[in-house]
Amino acid sequence: MNIDLTDEELAFRDEVRAFFQNELPPQVKEKIQRGLRISREDQIAYQQALYAKGWAGANWPEEYGGTGWSATQKYIFNNEAAAARAPRIIPFGLTMVAPVIYTFGNEEQKQRFLPDILASKVWWCQGYSEPNAGSDLAGLKTRAVRDGDHYIVNGTKTWTTLGHYADWIFCLVRTSDTGKKQEGISFLLIDMNSPGVSVTPIITLDGRREVNEVNFDEVRVPVENLVGEEGKGWTYAKVLLTHERTNIAGVATSKQRLERLRNMLAEPPAGMPSLVDNSVYMARVMETEIELKALEFTELRVLSAVATGKAPGPESSILKIKGTEVQQMIDELYLEAAGHYALPFVPEQYEEGGEANMIEPHFAPDTAPHYYNNRKVTIFGGTNEIQKNIIAKAVLEL
Amino acid sequence: MDFALNDIQQMLQDSAAKFIQNDYDFETRRRLSESELGYSEENWKLFAELGWLALPFDEEYGGLGGNLTDLMVLQIELGRGLVVEPFFSSVVLGGNLIQRHGSASQRAELLEPLIAGELKLAFAYIEPQSHTSITDIETSAERSEAGYRLTGHKAVVLGGPSADLLLVAARTSGKRGDRNGLSLFLVDPAQPGVTLKSYPTNDGFRAADIHFDDAKASLLGEVDSAHGAIQATLDDAIVALSAEAVGVMEKLLDATVEFCKVRKQFGQPIGKFQVLQHRMADMFMECEQTRSMLYFGAITATAGGEEASRAASMLKVKVGSAGRLVGQQAVQLHGGMGVSDELDVGHFFKRITMINTLLGSRDEHLQRLIGDAQVA
Repeated sequence: MNIDLTDEELAFRDEVRAFFQNELPPQVKEKIQRGLRISREDQIAYQQALYAKGWAGANWPEEYGGTGWSATQKYIFNNEAAAARAPRIIPFGLTMVAPVIYTFGNEEQKQRFLPDILASKVWWCQGYSEPNAGSDLAGLKTRAVRDGDHYIVNGTKTWTTLGHYADWIFCLVRTSDTGKKQEGISFLLIDMNSPGVSVTPIITLDGRREVNEVNFDEVRVPVENLVGEEGKGWTYAKVLLTHERTNIAGVATSKQRLERLRNMLAEPPAGMPSLVDNSVYMARVMETEIELKALEFTELRVLSAVATGKAPGPESSILKIKGTEVQQMIDELYLEAAGHYALPFVPEQYEEGGEANMIEPHFAPDTAPHYYNNRKVTIFGGTNEIQKNIIAKAVLEL
Repeated sequence: MDFALNDIQQMLQDSAAKFIQNDYDFETRRRLSESELGYSEENWKLFAELGWLALPFDEEYGGLGGNLTDLMVLQIELGRGLVVEPFFSSVVLGGNLIQRHGSASQRAELLEPLIAGELKLAFAYIEPQSHTSITDIETSAERSEAGYRLTGHKAVVLGGPSADLLLVAARTSGKRGDRNGLSLFLVDPAQPGVTLKSYPTNDGFRAADIHFDDAKASLLGEVDSAHGAIQATLDDAIVALSAEAVGVMEKLLDATVEFCKVRKQFGQPIGKFQVLQHRMADMFMECEQTRSMLYFGAITATAGGEEASRAASMLKVKVGSAGRLVGQQAVQLHGGMGVSDELDVGHFFKRITMINTLLGSRDEHLQRLIGDAQVA
């Protein structure tokens, strides 16, 4: 039993570390240093830098241009990326739709879509949830009716993250009402520029536009955009959900955030209350650190099982629940570290050129919007309550 | 990166699991715990034959040279069986202290009979006023021409009633709270000047309060310098005890899930109710997170150094919180049967509750970690 990295893995870690030091696009690096938000263009520039390095397809098979990284290498990459405070990789193209296309798509679809996804030339978004299909996703009503060489799509998708940036959307649509509701669902790729697609913003508690409602009104979609077989969409989506379970815990990012908080507690920036002598607060920091350390080892156990060719053990089902709980514990610690300066609502100070009337300490006014918005993490990707249902059924066999 | 058991660990796990399954069902354990001795000498001999008593000791003294991870594997199984033989008090605490602090000749002289199952030790360090502080020691040793004489009161000495030899922490210089000036002594409990007040513990073990009144004692290792060895031994012991806790907790979870599948109310198994399912999902997650924390503790402690102490405290905090949740919910979900003496579940609950108290509670270690007070 050991957690030592091999010499090759250590060399890989150094290479990744050097990449984040030297090869991040300059405008991205500068924004990270100044604590500014990353724009759509920055995001693309970052992902294209990864592509240029050959590191865009971390989970992809090598035959489609993937890295062929081991589970440990992915873990190393995630840690280094988080330590460098790099933007997260937008998952919808690279880690969500791509595996469905290279696993279930036909040759033409692979050639048509995969290269642009890998090169971050096309921005994808996800069309799963609907106003009346949340946790009960299989109850979705967006309908695709065959009409010659096309499907006619009508319905509404919601909570579509960064849908206003997207060129394409992958959707679960209903193609049949007979049989089990899961069996009437198909997996369809839709061009966001198609006539009849409209995107409406949903403003979240942080006052920002991150998610959207996407409406489909008599949208004509060529049948060649159907992935796999009609009626198998639910199966494909489930494969997709289990495809990348580990990084969902966000361990590397939580580690970086907690370390940064500890540094601020040790040397508080001007305007931040001194908390090191507040034993109630410090005990909460410590308990969060302990829970995160346990979670890191749970994740390592999963990675280690995967590396030896085993399917992830039951411990993998914990990652989503505990990972998001820890994220929210850290959000609360930041909020309270901000003291009174959690109150000012000045989102413009995190935008390029909006720092003229900066409120100090710089981190403080963002803590509350982040806390509010991040209540989403225990809700999305299957609520934590749904996750517990899964543990009860699949693990405890109740 | 590898969390799989190696061949030796696998063998150890198999032999321990087999012993529990074949020779240590709950009624056997109850009978042993309630017997006059409080455990089985026959089992102790068997532990020696199986090599368990040799596990953590250097090969030059007849040990197996196992590390903390090996010990962890064994302790998890002993926890699943709720084993009452004094393995923890005699081997994990007593033996490790001798290995760490004894002179070469003392190690040879004492470890060999310990490994053979012919010598049992107990470590007397807690005092009524000291709680978990290992420097708050009033028991003192005076040196005369005839050797050392010990005077003081040691509290709740685990395995004290059955020990052939006591290891006693006493002050040879300095004042209460000092790290320097602590020494370890070997004391024969059968001599005049040593009085044992023995009692069973709530969780089925035996312990004693021991009074020393000018009792003859011989020095273990070097004088005045035992603090490091005591601290390191207790840090390792936290890992071993936490491994036992993981065994206990996983047993509590398994028993609860099984019970909820067969217990019917309102015309269906109570395990079909979502509120209970989520409670058990919580118990499952806490068991897994504690096991993960145990691996972190064992790996860090094996590497040694400053981090080992910190890791041990982090582990003990997790065991305290998670053990309380799993123990309390196991009883709750068993309903009335959970509080009956008849069922094993209540006895696992008793053990996990006392484990929090041993070697410093969750709160004490949390306090130590945030540096609010010097518990060490």
